[in-house]
Amino acid sequence: MRTARTPRTRRAARAGQYTALLGYLLFLAFPLLWLLSTALKSPRELGSPHPTWIPRHPTLASVRQAFAEQPLAPAALNSLLVALATAAVTVLIATPMAYVMARHRTRAARAATGWVVVSQAFPFVLLIIPLFLVLKRLRLIDSLTGLVLVYVVWSLPFALWMLAGHVRAVPAELEEAAAVDGAGRLRTLASVTAPLLAPGIAATALFAFVTAWNEFFFALVLLKSPRRQTLPVVLTHFIGAEGVADLGPLAAAAFLATLPSLVFFALVQRRITSGLLTGAVKN
Amino acid sequence: MRTRITLALAALLLLLTGCSPGAPADGPVTLRFQSLAWQPDSVAATKELVREWNATHPEIKVEYVQGSWDSVHDQLLTSFEGGEAPDVIHDASDDLADFAYGGYLADLSGLLPARLAADIPRGSWETATFGRGVYGVPFLQEPRVLIADADRLRAAKVRIPTAGHPWSWPEFRQVAKKLTGPGRYGVAWPLKDPVSATLNLSLSAGGRLFHRGADGKVTVRFEAGDAVVARTIHDQVTVDRSAPASTLGSGGADTLPGLFGGRYAMVPLGFSYRQQIVRQAPEGFHWQVLPAPAGADGLTQGVSPQTLSVSADCPHKKEAVAFIDFLLRPRNMVRLALGDWMLPTGTQALKDPALHTARHGWATGTALAARLRPAPAQFVRGYPEWKDKVATPAYQQYYSGASTLAGLRHRLERDGNLVLARYQR
Repeated sequence: MRTARTPRTRRAARAGQYTALLGYLLFLAFPLLWLLSTALKSPRELGSPHPTWIPRHPTLASVRQAFAEQPLAPAALNSLLVALATAAVTVLIATPMAYVMARHRTRAARAATGWVVVSQAFPFVLLIIPLFLVLKRLRLIDSLTGLVLVYVVWSLPFALWMLAGHVRAVPAELEEAAAVDGAGRLRTLASVTAPLLAPGIAATALFAFVTAWNEFFFALVLLKSPRRQTLPVVLTHFIGAEGVADLGPLAAAAFLATLPSLVFFALVQRRITSGLLTGAVKN
Repeated sequence: MRTRITLALAALLLLLTGCSPGAPADGPVTLRFQSLAWQPDSVAATKELVREWNATHPEIKVEYVQGSWDSVHDQLLTSFEGGEAPDVIHDASDDLADFAYGGYLADLSGLLPARLAADIPRGSWETATFGRGVYGVPFLQEPRVLIADADRLRAAKVRIPTAGHPWSWPEFRQVAKKLTGPGRYGVAWPLKDPVSATLNLSLSAGGRLFHRGADGKVTVRFEAGDAVVARTIHDQVTVDRSAPASTLGSGGADTLPGLFGGRYAMVPLGFSYRQQIVRQAPEGFHWQVLPAPAGADGLTQGVSPQTLSVSADCPHKKEAVAFIDFLLRPRNMVRLALGDWMLPTGTQALKDPALHTARHGWATGTALAARLRPAPAQFVRGYPEWKDKVATPAYQQYYSGASTLAGLRHRLERDGNLVLARYQR
């Protein structure tokens, strides 16, 4: 009796799991799908009292309008440059610092960790004016380099915290074993520790990239020239007084703005997965 | 591999450094003009005017910078503090007080050409006058009107109000009741920002709320005139049920689908919403623009016009004012008004036939222009805090039926005066 029912029960359970998974994926993807649906609707359909899930008469008019009215492509390029540079510089600085903080449990390292936590509590409205003045003195106002500098400083505390956790997760015994085998300090770091840290580094890069890609206020305040504005700043140009929005073009632009983050995530995610296994076995 | 990554990073950083601004070049004066135009026609009209200026004034180059209504205050505040503000600033008059008193904006009173000074009525100038200085040129304004489903009005056989013979507030309440039926409401009040809407409309009934004493200090006093509009909205929502409670937290645009779908017969909205209605209304939907109801003071209502100001740090103030003067010549002001679907403040521009056509309700709006007054709160220091901390929750609770008129009065006066007192020590 039991053996006859087991396959059917398994199939039902599997179907249930897939249904639940599909439902969860739909739930997660809903904002993106709704953006896409809105972007493809005509103004009349957007004003319809009976909203539709799928546009009745899909049109690219909003996409065309968005590109015609605002410099979306140059803004996206600016955002991409800034986000990639932020991710790269953050990782370059955070990795050795996190290693030191995690491996050397001195009083200074503990104080540094505490400071990292405290620095997360500063509201950025408090920081923006002093930061503005410092960047002005450095002649970095209205410069993407200045913006990258701000984003690196902004991302660094959390990146450090994240990476220090990953460093702690790498057993110190592996490094000791490498030393016993005759590997020098740098060789140990490069061949043993770095591959094991790869998922953490990838996750940190992703965090820094997404933070810089989405950030609005610093970019708004620090960049003055239209040709240097980043995508989040340009997106607000579709919003008028009292929060009235040109919904179709806004949705089209916002949908397109999410794509680079998704692509970057897809690229980095593979690294996170493969990095979990790389270097785990000593050759 | 490592070399490739290093090279890529170096290239990226070089590229970024290359994007940095160089040293300012010698040559013509350059003015940065931050515009908040956002509707396609409005952006096009503004950019076209900047192009025309640049073509005819090679010695004064204007650079168009796109700003955003959503974030303009914080952005300007930071730019002022950092000494990097745009030279010519587009904003709204109710946002100017703190900047003017803070010394961030140039006093234009001695710089304005006589033509421009005479063209804009005194009431409009008052919206940008703080103390003895004039800190902005008001150029576009927007009355609140009723956008109505014309077929529903005709079917209900109600009297159609005009600027010459508007509805009184009690009549409006009766009409809304008459237009109400199962699942359908006579009116929807989108009151995401209940304070400015209420205060501006209350001027029609003589409501002032803010009273300046002999010592120059402002206090809040909620009188009979202040209660007319507030009580009408409250009663429509909670007594007559001719207005839904669900829209009280909505923005104006959120109510449009309900208007198009017949759920609401009328929606009080800003005049510029007509552009969205033209674009979004379904085929066969007939709508019309009606003046807001009138009280003891007729059709009077408060507005905060859009303004053009000059930064106090701008080294070329005369040139900046010359550009503003060009932008606001009557013909150009009409172009800006048509682009934003608003009313120009200039008396010459207001005479333009394009603004008197019945199409899309232009004539109804234009007829209201003479009755527009400075928004009551705009000179009151501490108003933003009073509005956010005291008035918004107090009005929201009253409109939803959670408090009484006496409770509203008590909170606005007692809590409000405590807030204002802090700013007037």
